[in-house]
Amino acid sequence: MPHTMSEPLHFLAATDVSARLAAGTLTSEQITQAVIDRTRAVEDRVQAFTHRDEADALAQARASDARRSSGASLGPLDGVPVSLKDVLACAGQPLTCGSRMLANFVSPYDSTVVARLRAAGAVLWGRLNMDEFAMGSSTENSAMHPTANPWDLERIPGGSSGGSAAALAAGESILTIGSDTGGSVRQPAALCGVVGLKPTYGRVSRFGLVAYASSLDQVGPMGRSVDDVALLLGAVAGHDERDSTSVDRPVPDYAAAMRENVGPWRVGLPREYFGDGLNPEVRASVERAVAFYREQGCEIVDVSLPNTGYAVATYYIIATAEASSNLARYDGVRYGHRSAKANGAIDLYFQSRAEGFGEEVKRRIILGTYVLSSGYYDAYYLRAQKVRTLIRNDFMRAFERVDFLLTPTSPVPAFKKGERTADPLAMYLADIYTISANLAGLPGLSLPCGFTECGLPIGLQLLGKPFDEPRLLAAARRYEQAHDWHLRRPTL
Amino acid sequence: MSDTSHLDIDYVAQLARLALGDAEKERIAKQLGDVLGYVRQLEAVNIEGVEPMAHAFDVVNVWQADEPRAGLSVDDALRNAPASRDHMFVVPKVVDDA
Repeated sequence: MPHTMSEPLHFLAATDVSARLAAGTLTSEQITQAVIDRTRAVEDRVQAFTHRDEADALAQARASDARRSSGASLGPLDGVPVSLKDVLACAGQPLTCGSRMLANFVSPYDSTVVARLRAAGAVLWGRLNMDEFAMGSSTENSAMHPTANPWDLERIPGGSSGGSAAALAAGESILTIGSDTGGSVRQPAALCGVVGLKPTYGRVSRFGLVAYASSLDQVGPMGRSVDDVALLLGAVAGHDERDSTSVDRPVPDYAAAMRENVGPWRVGLPREYFGDGLNPEVRASVERAVAFYREQGCEIVDVSLPNTGYAVATYYIIATAEASSNLARYDGVRYGHRSAKANGAIDLYFQSRAEGFGEEVKRRIILGTYVLSSGYYDAYYLRAQKVRTLIRNDFMRAFERVDFLLTPTSPVPAFKKGERTADPLAMYLADIYTISANLAGLPGLSLPCGFTECGLPIGLQLLGKPFDEPRLLAAARRYEQAHDWHLRRPTL
Repeated sequence: MSDTSHLDIDYVAQLARLALGDAEKERIAKQLGDVLGYVRQLEAVNIEGVEPMAHAFDVVNVWQADEPRAGLSVDDALRNAPASRDHMFVVPKVVDDA
């Protein structure tokens, strides 16, 4: 699709910003000022950020411009604004995780992802809103404020990386970082009409990512185009000795690798993802995408992942078990909220945690503690771990026949604020198509594939073999270049 | 699983070191009752002979060189402390005077 020359700066693709910076037709200060101005204009309605420091961002931008003019540019991301989900440690900046528990916490160090972004010269612009401790699918669980979906301010932007998706859709940043434990990058990307990638587990370091469910969490790049996501992934991926689950494999040049991967591909359609509960408009858009790949010469293969129906149950046992363990560190002793009314040391734990955590977090801690408790461990946790094996085996069998799987990202478009808050189970089912990839450790990408009649974005999900990000990016790019969904902008 | 899904919320909250109000307790117990009902579908899965999966990839025994390296400074470590004094965290008294 041709790029419209009238596109305002704040909606430029990162690759476009990068090219203009390299050509000297744009400065980092100009693009940073453009997203700052845009944020000032729309943020009271979108509320994507939890913290902004305009002076700091502009200082980083001027430093980038100075590097570039002295011939010492740090590469394609140098000078490009990137905003961070408020779950990644960035030295000297607040790190709230959307929680009262960490309302006053300032990070003393950089996460590895942030260190890599700094080394690449990115302008770190603000902290983005999220469900508390990344627990949620709507960004309504933030202790700060809810975030609105820029396409319809009455609706949720998805979650837990709702701020990261909404900021992109609204033009408040050029690139953003999210984290994905059960779909928290892909689902908000789908609901806000942007591109989001959950990399293979172990591909991106979790050092300095506040832990929710450690065996599932993965940092993910988000952008308004597939090329942008590839650019950001390349900057943050790679082995890190400070994360013992980080995988020591070379990082491909994603931009080059996705251009070399030309297909045609064998595309698997897991029939379990097209059953009841799938919104008809979402189904129609995804089926048109299937038709597109068929026209491109791809073989469309019907596959079955028979244990898919167990994924949500398996996820909520494993994720809450890990969360109950990870969140034990918030005890009011060394950092975080401390209750003023506690009576003694033990009561300090009880009261500080009661005051600091929101209800969804408490719910998950209780569930996780229960499934790990004596007498229930085998019945719940151990059984869930075994079902997890079966879910992964389903995928591995499918990948013997196909190159990647194609599914909807979310069964429904963005729902209205408050619609599901009273019913946790209904909220948990919002992630029904994304959760399996986390259980199996697979890469998954969501990209826009249409709009509902009332103007809400629809997302298409591609799931791949471990470390097969280049092929997912290539297939997504093929689709994106033949459509203009990603170039549409909300009216704000 | 079916005969063990009674959630004793007081006991579990005690284990989790989480003070819950009565209304909150009632609400959470009810909601988690629904969730536990839902997860009981896992009883139907045949898991005989299946190995549990703790992790997506088999990365085990990751060693680092046993060398000292710089950590946080005392000031940085105490920067977020709710209360500190003389380079230490201050906590409520844990030993009785008696």
